[in-house]
Amino acid sequence: MQNVLENIPTTDPVAIPEKRAVIDQILEENRNLPGSVMVILNELQSKIGFVSPSMQAYVSKKMRVPLQQVHGVVSFYSFFTTQARGKHTVKFCMGTACYVGGAEQLIEKAKQTFGVEPGHTTKDGMTTVEICRCVGACSQAPVVVVDEEMHGRVRPAKLTQILRKAQS
Amino acid sequence: MKYYRTHILICVDPECLGKGAHDIEDALQDELVAQGLIDEVQVLETPRIGDCSHGPEMMVYPDGVHYVGMSVDDIPFLVEEHFLKGRVAKKFLLTKVEVKDEELGAPTSKEVRVVLRNCGKIDPENIEDYIAEDGYEALAKVLASYTPEKVIDEMLASGLRGRGGAGFPAGRKWQFCRASKATPKFVICNADEGDPGAFMNRRVLEGDPHAVVEGMIIAAYAIGSSRGYIYCRAEYPLAVRTLNIAIQQARALGLLGEDILGSGFSFDLEVRIGAGAFVCGEETALMASIEGKRGEPRPRPPFPAVSGLWAKPSNVNNVETYANVPQIMLRGAQWYASMGTEKSKGTKTFALAGDVNHTGLIEVPLGINMREVVYDIAQGIKDGKKLKAVQIGGPMGGCLPEEYLDRPIDYESLAAAGTIMGSGGLVVMDEDTCMVDIARFFMEFIQDESCGKCTPCRVGTRRMLEILQRICKGDGKDGDIETLEMLCRQIKSTSLCGLGQGAPNPVESTLKHFRKEYEAHIYEKRCPAKVCKGLIRFDIIDACTGCTVCARNCPVGAITGERRKLHVIDANTCIRCGICMQVCNFNAIVIN
Repeated sequence: MQNVLENIPTTDPVAIPEKRAVIDQILEENRNLPGSVMVILNELQSKIGFVSPSMQAYVSKKMRVPLQQVHGVVSFYSFFTTQARGKHTVKFCMGTACYVGGAEQLIEKAKQTFGVEPGHTTKDGMTTVEICRCVGACSQAPVVVVDEEMHGRVRPAKLTQILRKAQS
Repeated sequence: MKYYRTHILICVDPECLGKGAHDIEDALQDELVAQGLIDEVQVLETPRIGDCSHGPEMMVYPDGVHYVGMSVDDIPFLVEEHFLKGRVAKKFLLTKVEVKDEELGAPTSKEVRVVLRNCGKIDPENIEDYIAEDGYEALAKVLASYTPEKVIDEMLASGLRGRGGAGFPAGRKWQFCRASKATPKFVICNADEGDPGAFMNRRVLEGDPHAVVEGMIIAAYAIGSSRGYIYCRAEYPLAVRTLNIAIQQARALGLLGEDILGSGFSFDLEVRIGAGAFVCGEETALMASIEGKRGEPRPRPPFPAVSGLWAKPSNVNNVETYANVPQIMLRGAQWYASMGTEKSKGTKTFALAGDVNHTGLIEVPLGINMREVVYDIAQGIKDGKKLKAVQIGGPMGGCLPEEYLDRPIDYESLAAAGTIMGSGGLVVMDEDTCMVDIARFFMEFIQDESCGKCTPCRVGTRRMLEILQRICKGDGKDGDIETLEMLCRQIKSTSLCGLGQGAPNPVESTLKHFRKEYEAHIYEKRCPAKVCKGLIRFDIIDACTGCTVCARNCPVGAITGERRKLHVIDANTCIRCGICMQVCNFNAIVIN
């Protein structure tokens, strides 16, 4: 990955003063923590919503950690995303119990509803569709998580109603 | 500490939150204030009372009454009946059969609860609740009267084996770490419960976090460590929250920090959060992740007890292992060793899921047989269907057929049957499950989660997945089974870490026990369970009333037909998702 600190897009969090203040605060708070890169990236992902290439370069420079190490961590873990997500996120649990319970059918229906493949965001920026790892609600399989809300024992007929929450 | 005559525990498990648990709680608070009961009745949040399948759940103590399925509108009635008139509101009572399974330590149950003893019973966010259940008494006992060597001797005598998967004796691990000369030493809790189908650690962390904290402090004392980490997966935000609260409260009472209980022993703890990498459940990968690096495993030896986190001696155990420790110290190694089998002592939690009537968590003495678990505790297979297999041990485990039901569940027996104990996920599958498809599902998971560091796992699992995908599509060919078997052997013997070494297990065990299904797919181009999309087609039979429900629900518009007339599925457009079959009220759609 090339160093992108020279040409930061104006829409990037690093270029937006309020967001940059949040980033600086996260860096400051965790500066002296052993193994801080993971902690910082986790905080950035949760507070900013993603870790853009410019943000990675910024972290690398401020923390004096090689950019490839920062990028290596970002690309290794599935929780880190490099682009902004939609306003809503619909996650389909793909644990064993959910798979056996028919998660695939639900995903198929969601693909049709939103017109995007899992891992992508609708064109209007409203909804991101994701397949996620076991959320540990196996006795409720199959499970669909809309934003933070968990829906269990979801049948295809019930799904339309649930997905509506992620469309407004 | 304020005293109340009654406590209401409301389940705020993610599953119950989705059903409005917070609204119920607010309504309860309001009603208790309105009725002037707020100083007598305390409302508390707790994760998981039952299996959360009956809507919002609450437990009233000391009465031990379990209410389910109420709505906000029912609260005034419930409060009046139970708390004013002192009558049980039968309408919302959970039926007797289920109460038996869900009440802790019910005498008729086959369960023995050690790790789960406090879950759903105490307020996890209040350290006093834990202390009232003999919490931190074990720590006080250990610090006051045990030498570190004595703690390790007790652990060895208890026979407790690591509950995270491999089953290495915990006492031996502690012994090795104590023997290491380098300092500082680290105590690490593996709370990266990534196995799909397993959620027992989540429940312990959310319901009884202090048991884990106390276990870790005792471990730190035994090995001579002053610093600990709990590595929790990012998928469990509530667990992270309860853990952080628990640590703060323990610190405030001097149970963590400098000079614990005046003993001169110091130890502190912090939570680190993962970021969605399954391989971080492997101990060396986990430590790399805490160090802020990619979670890639490294070869062992050196073992973590010699060179672990930041190349210092470290002891890694999982949540359940640590949660057992205070009870062992308090009640004695002999008590713990009296449960279980000769080589597998104590109890183990299992997460029951899949096609059984009763799902949820159980804790049973090791050595119980699978039949008792599936038919007595889980109350048999749903809809009276036949059992096909029990998947145990997560993605590195295996599928056991019915013949294995009467064998005991312990580390040795499971290993002999070609699977592992793993963290204890038990997914029961009925006759409608295709075992080739299940093998493909697990291989897809493994392939996706392989960190890519070593070739056998990175490339080998991909080759296996490709073959399985081909078989499921109907393009299997002669020799595929043999190639799979060869790959299984090679990946097993040459992979770097437990993930790769265990990766072939789902395929190997299904090949061993369900070989006929593979052969049907490859040679007869037939999926006996009617699951694999490339080998089935959906058709509408005469029972169709022309209600149009299927056509309206079909995601690809493959179904046509006039109202009140027989509909037809276009096999070329159909993606075999099976939605039509689920929505049809007349059983008019069949798989051929």
